Amino acid sequence: MKLGASLIIGGALFALAIFVGLFAPWLAHTDPVMDANLLNAEEPPSWIWWFGTDAQGRDIYSRVVHGARISLTVGIVSQFVNSVIGVTLGLTAGYWGGWWDDFVNGLTNLMLAIPSLIFALAIMAVLGPGLTSLLIALGLTNWSFTCRIARASTLSLKSQGYVQAARVLGYGDLRIMITQLLPNMLGPIIVIGTLGMGGAVLAEASLSFLGLGIRPPYPSWGSMLSEARDQITTAPWLSIFPGLAIFLTVLGLNLLGDGLRDILDPQSRSRRT
Amino acid sequence: MLSFLIRRILQTVPTVLAVVLVIFVLFSVVPGSIVSSMSDDGRGAADPQVMERMKKQLGLDDPVYIRFGAYIAKLATGDLGTSFRTREPVTTMLAKRMWPTLQLIFAAMIFAIVIGVPLGFIAALRPGSIADTISMVVAVSGLSIAKFWLGLLLMYLFALKLGWLPSFGYGDGGLKYLILPAVTLGVSPMALLARTTRAAVLEIMTADFVRTARSKGMSETRVVKWHVMRNALVLILTTIGLQFGALMGQAVVVEKLFSWPGIGSLLVDSVLQRDIPAVQGSIFVVVLFFLAINMLIDVLYGVIDPRIRYA
Repeated sequence: MKLGASLIIGGALFALAIFVGLFAPWLAHTDPVMDANLLNAEEPPSWIWWFGTDAQGRDIYSRVVHGARISLTVGIVSQFVNSVIGVTLGLTAGYWGGWWDDFVNGLTNLMLAIPSLIFALAIMAVLGPGLTSLLIALGLTNWSFTCRIARASTLSLKSQGYVQAARVLGYGDLRIMITQLLPNMLGPIIVIGTLGMGGAVLAEASLSFLGLGIRPPYPSWGSMLSEARDQITTAPWLSIFPGLAIFLTVLGLNLLGDGLRDILDPQSRSRRT
Repeated sequence: MLSFLIRRILQTVPTVLAVVLVIFVLFSVVPGSIVSSMSDDGRGAADPQVMERMKKQLGLDDPVYIRFGAYIAKLATGDLGTSFRTREPVTTMLAKRMWPTLQLIFAAMIFAIVIGVPLGFIAALRPGSIADTISMVVAVSGLSIAKFWLGLLLMYLFALKLGWLPSFGYGDGGLKYLILPAVTLGVSPMALLARTTRAAVLEIMTADFVRTARSKGMSETRVVKWHVMRNALVLILTTIGLQFGALMGQAVVVEKLFSWPGIGSLLVDSVLQRDIPAVQGSIFVVVLFFLAINMLIDVLYGVIDPRIRYA
């Protein structure tokens, strides 16, 4: 796929998802939870019900639109937390070295040894279902890659002339890290963050699908699919639209990440996977 | 070789111990004790006397470090505890479910390799062509699709509409029961392998030794077979190794969707029922499997590329 195309298509899909999430109350036709009417149950898609209705007669279009809020909140907030943890640990480990570096390395290896969805599942098992638990579980389990990149960047940057100059000028460690090192590693960090956001949206959907994330009747795309599973033969539209919403949002983030990588981290273009 | 293996196993021990510690601490120290989760049946708090008795029975009134020591000692003998719900040894439960999970993961990985690697090769050999564009669109879509949604769609089409395959369950463990879950699980490693292979091959194609081979008059087929493929294998193998671990995690969702009786569905059921020993045991086995696969991949590196020494 051409470089510019990834960025444009990905950016457009992500911008659409953000727009839908932000303006959900105005875009939705009905209340996604309260407006149930059994007289409208399992209506197929039509001009009145764009995406059809579910077994309780709720409008699937309105639920999908409101679902964007939950998915994007979880995706953005949890990935932001992961990035902050990963950058803080990687930057300080690379800069200070010594026992702290060894400790952070050990912690990173430990995180890499446990598949992140399994770790998130374990945390959800302890905290119980809900939005806050989801944010904690997904925000604490996917920082290891960011940490590795931040540490490697710090190691290569800290011997650069401008960092040495800052030290000679009497800048403190914290000031050097924030003003000299951090801005120079932001490119790869933003790329990993964008791709990680797609992963977080998928993880939220998976956990909600398993009954451990957002619980019905609140409209999360994953929990909508979980509810729709048993009606796949009688009402396939219940599965199609939430699944399509997840697919397009994650596709947008993945394409955007690829496009940003080509701009912000051009060295990786040849080793792009 | 043997000394490398022993060293590699010894290097893994601290990671395993750290994982055990994390799993143990997670379920021991955080709010919501084991006893309250066991006795929480949704009708409010249980009788304090009952909770106290349960604590004693489970040895939970001992300090955390003593409990951790006891847990490690039991673990060393292969005892992962007893399920709160079924009262069955967790080791027995896991042993029963190990084979279905391994079947599913290996079948998914075979699908991923058989489709993903050639797809990446085709894309890299003709960069910018329609085949390249189609391969990469398939790859990025495969990485973006939610597995349970893809599984639902496949189930709807091949099981419910066409009636070619069973929609869920393990049946007799035969191939027809395995196809849909394995394809569902294999799609994202397939996509990642296609992208990795393409990137690796593109990079190797511009290497000096490939140019030298061509200038010696070696045919393109021989160049690809002897120089490109062999060198790309190291990177492809690394991706396969990393994906095995990820598959163990993703199998959780696929097993649940297809009612596949593996470790993943045991883990989800145990989490939903707050069966802590079963949760701890399942996670422990998943991590051990992941570390073992990584070790195996390290050994295979040296076989494929003799430049990588076991020093």
